[in-house]
Amino acid sequence: MPQTRFTKDHEWVRLEDGIAVVGITDHAQEALGDIVFVELPEPGREVAEGEACAVVESVKAASDVYAPLAGKVVENNQAVVDDPSLVNRAPTADGWFFKLALADQAAFAALLDEAAYKAFLETL
Amino acid sequence: MSTDDADLKTTPLDALHRELGARMVPFAGYAMPVQYPAGIMAEHLHCRAKAALFDVSHMGQASLYGADAAAALEALVPGDMAGLKPHRQRYTILTTASGGILDDLMVANTGSDRLFLVANASRKDVDFAHIAAHLPDDVKLARHDDRALLALQGPAAVGVLARVAPEVASMPFMGVATITVDSVECFVSRSGYTGEDGFEISVPAEFADAFARMLLAQPGVMPAGLGARDSLRLEAGLCLYGNDIDETTNPVEAALTWVIGKRRRMEWNFVGAGPIRAMLENGPARLRVGIRPDGRAPARAGTEIVGADGGVVGHVTSGGFGPTLGAPIAMGYVRRDLAADGTELSLLVRGKPLPARVAPTPFVPHRYVR
Repeated sequence: MPQTRFTKDHEWVRLEDGIAVVGITDHAQEALGDIVFVELPEPGREVAEGEACAVVESVKAASDVYAPLAGKVVENNQAVVDDPSLVNRAPTADGWFFKLALADQAAFAALLDEAAYKAFLETL
Repeated sequence: MSTDDADLKTTPLDALHRELGARMVPFAGYAMPVQYPAGIMAEHLHCRAKAALFDVSHMGQASLYGADAAAALEALVPGDMAGLKPHRQRYTILTTASGGILDDLMVANTGSDRLFLVANASRKDVDFAHIAAHLPDDVKLARHDDRALLALQGPAAVGVLARVAPEVASMPFMGVATITVDSVECFVSRSGYTGEDGFEISVPAEFADAFARMLLAQPGVMPAGLGARDSLRLEAGLCLYGNDIDETTNPVEAALTWVIGKRRRMEWNFVGAGPIRAMLENGPARLRVGIRPDGRAPARAGTEIVGADGGVVGHVTSGGFGPTLGAPIAMGYVRRDLAADGTELSLLVRGKPLPARVAPTPFVPHRYVR
């Protein structure tokens, strides 16, 4: 079973065959409201941990999405660019944003696990 | 962002908003619903299709009493107030000495030597102090802080309100009337801020909750928050005070020259008439226009607008996504020679120039009754 980890910026990361799939959490899509625009990093781009590398816009406002870990973008999800509401409907499945070849596989384990992320949400 | 701040004021519908699951945000010193669980998109589209109910009780309501009320107000606004017939309402602006806009507001002639005013929440204290300071002894200003204001907007609004007050069905656009609902006197205008047919209804604060529930119980009515109110007014090409107009914008460059009454253009006897007349005669250096980005990225307020030569030629003052159009829309100020419909411009969004065009407003045609 692939493991999912989380950040305090409300991204989720899932390791699939050594590649990190990144998206925004259900909490994030709920807080943003109706998503109308998504801008994703191009494949080949090197991103640092915490770097703003995608943008998600609701009717109301624009928000940055940060790289949860350092790595190289290997794929982005054109489906959410074509239909941004997919992020509202399936944030942790078909609504993924991009895939990263991690610079350091071990860093994944240092992210929040699901219990820790849920505990973090309780503090908001 | 706490919405439980003790210093935030609440409207008489606060308990109802929370019961309906609204997301409350601070706005102009009030805790206000930005959206309900349906979301901004659904609320917006429902208003265009049926009827949406908005709480706009944060707005400022006041009356001017006296036979000379219209003449007194004319000293402060460029509109023809003396020519405003009984039971009619008009949009106007309070001007500053330098020809800027202190606020935009609605003025209704209720008959019986009384004008009823509705001003923006963020400006009401400034407005009413300004008006009170300029009144002759025989005209009195009274604030109606004890009244709530509801907006029922959309093509189904008239059918809904006519079920509780049949006489509203024959009101013209920008008409005003006093109706009685459950023995309570309510003041109604056929107007709004969405581009749709609809009504704004002023009711005593203690009746607001019961009245709102009465309307929400009717088929086709959905509560809508400030988020939908903003996207609806932007599609309708209507200005938001503080964004599109403020004390630094002259009504001529704001494309609001039409608010200057014909007679007032002979007299030029209101606060700030000199600078406004000068801009009308010399032409403005910049103009407020509608803008349609070619792509799908919204351009928000503050976005720089760039001309063909790469130089900055203006900035966006309101921008977002138009749910009815399914596309981004904006308005802003551009150099006058670039203000013609169809002019190609670029919007600097996150450092990238995105192609856009000057576009006619309203973006979505108004559907007022005539």
